[in-house]
Amino acid sequence: MARGSTAAPADRSPASASKSAFLWVFGAVFAVSVALSLRTAQVDPRLLVEGSTLANVARFVRGLFPPQLSREFLGLMLRPALETVQISVVGTAIAILIGVPLGLVATASLTWRGVLHERASRVARWGLGFVPYVVSRGALSVFRSIPEYVWAFMFVRAVGLGPFPGVLAIGVAYGGMLGKVYSEILEGVNPRPLETLQAAGASRLGVVLYGLVPQALPNVIAYTLYRWECAIRASALLGFVGAGGLGQQIELSMRMFQFDEVLTLLAILFVLVATVDFISGRIRAWVV
Amino acid sequence: MARVAAVRRGRPTALWVSAGFGGLLIWSWHGTRVDLGSLFGGEGFRQIATYVGRLFPPDASAATVRDAGVGALETFAISLIGSLLAVVIGLPLSLVATRTLLYHGILYESGPLGPVSRALRIAVYALGKALLNVLRTIPEIVWALIFVFMVGLGPFPGVLALGVHTGGVLGKLFGEVLEDVDPGPLEALQGTGASRFRILVYGVLPQALPQFVSYALYRWEVNIRAAAVMGFVGAGGLGQRIYVAINLFHDHQLLTLILAIYLIVTLVDALSAYLRAQLV
Repeated sequence: MARGSTAAPADRSPASASKSAFLWVFGAVFAVSVALSLRTAQVDPRLLVEGSTLANVARFVRGLFPPQLSREFLGLMLRPALETVQISVVGTAIAILIGVPLGLVATASLTWRGVLHERASRVARWGLGFVPYVVSRGALSVFRSIPEYVWAFMFVRAVGLGPFPGVLAIGVAYGGMLGKVYSEILEGVNPRPLETLQAAGASRLGVVLYGLVPQALPNVIAYTLYRWECAIRASALLGFVGAGGLGQQIELSMRMFQFDEVLTLLAILFVLVATVDFISGRIRAWVV
Repeated sequence: MARVAAVRRGRPTALWVSAGFGGLLIWSWHGTRVDLGSLFGGEGFRQIATYVGRLFPPDASAATVRDAGVGALETFAISLIGSLLAVVIGLPLSLVATRTLLYHGILYESGPLGPVSRALRIAVYALGKALLNVLRTIPEIVWALIFVFMVGLGPFPGVLALGVHTGGVLGKLFGEVLEDVDPGPLEALQGTGASRFRILVYGVLPQALPQFVSYALYRWEVNIRAAAVMGFVGAGGLGQRIYVAINLFHDHQLLTLILAIYLIVTLVDALSAYLRAQLV
């Protein structure tokens, strides 16, 4: 995402004509979708300045302060806070267990295309390479397209309340994301060293271990750490559907209009997220 | 070579970090009472398999499919308007929360600010930053709960929740882009005697725009997923229907709804990728 782009100079090539045609079409479609969406989403700014809304805002803001800092409450929240960290760690670990094998198989250059397979037979390339490749791509796509909350909700139904369904939900949803990004990283490596190794007579495993892995590892580690940062946020909120952690407490306090407790819980969440971000950021800076 | 040396020097640290993560994992494993043995082979796996089996086949009756379609449209609308609102909130805040635009750097080299004006601008900057932090720190689903409390049930609080949270995220990302623009064109403009406002409009924003679009599209992909679960707290879309289907054990309808989520999320991902290729 963060790519260093600068403004393109205005050119007069034919491409710019088709681009401006595209912009017109895009603009029209965009305007229509926004107009329709405003209606579908029942957007009504008047609601924001209605008396009852303003009264609720005042009640909410007043209720936040002072935050609930009694020793009893903080003591009760310690376990859910730690549980949130634990869910994120184990969830990410399971995501790696799911993402690595699926990601490897979902990498075209490892299973059926390019340098490694120049000498493989046609049948081997398609039967042993292409079919598993398509299947694992499909699995990864399903895993990551269904949000972790929906996974958590279903796992709660399947295995009961508690942290376990939260772990599974993060494992599956993030496994899908890790697998996809791992395969993108592996596709993106520079093929030169692999070709050199192969020319030197290295076996396929040798090419992977000494050519591919060293190039890909820093990015793989960095992205996994980034996902851990996302996982701590997610695991804090999976409690909304009964999967342990702080979320359950936030929802309870919110529903009972105990806004002072909500403020404390949000502060705890902030500290947890900031700590994980800090640790992960330090390690990322050092790895990449 | 410098890299090799760095890696070699870093080796004890690598060991420590790995050991730390190992410890963290064992502690967490213990704490969450995860039992992989029972998951792969035993009780847990059978429970999941039974549950998945119960979901099939998806309910393809006209009523359910129509309901899923309406929910998907609503989710799409929430994500689209929510993301737009986020740009509307994030863009002005990012301008205020960028040091190089407000009081520091190239723009202020030729005509330094008076002390009062400078102090005021620093205060505005600090306020903008703090506001962005608050918006960003509170997760969208908590914002959704808050807005449901304030304006009532329905998709509108979902839109507000996405707009406010994502506004904070985009404000931060936009600010980073603004601070990183190439100073060359700004200096050239300054050389022509352009005002600060003109330098912003003709020098800074054209450079930043492609990345703004790219970030906004990326957040749209995040938001379609978030919009799909807003309904869990009463903020409309597919989530609300999924919540009902799970709680009432309407398993076949649930599968239809999940397929709808998969389709709408995949569609938005593809759209976003296409637009990024065309626009950026």
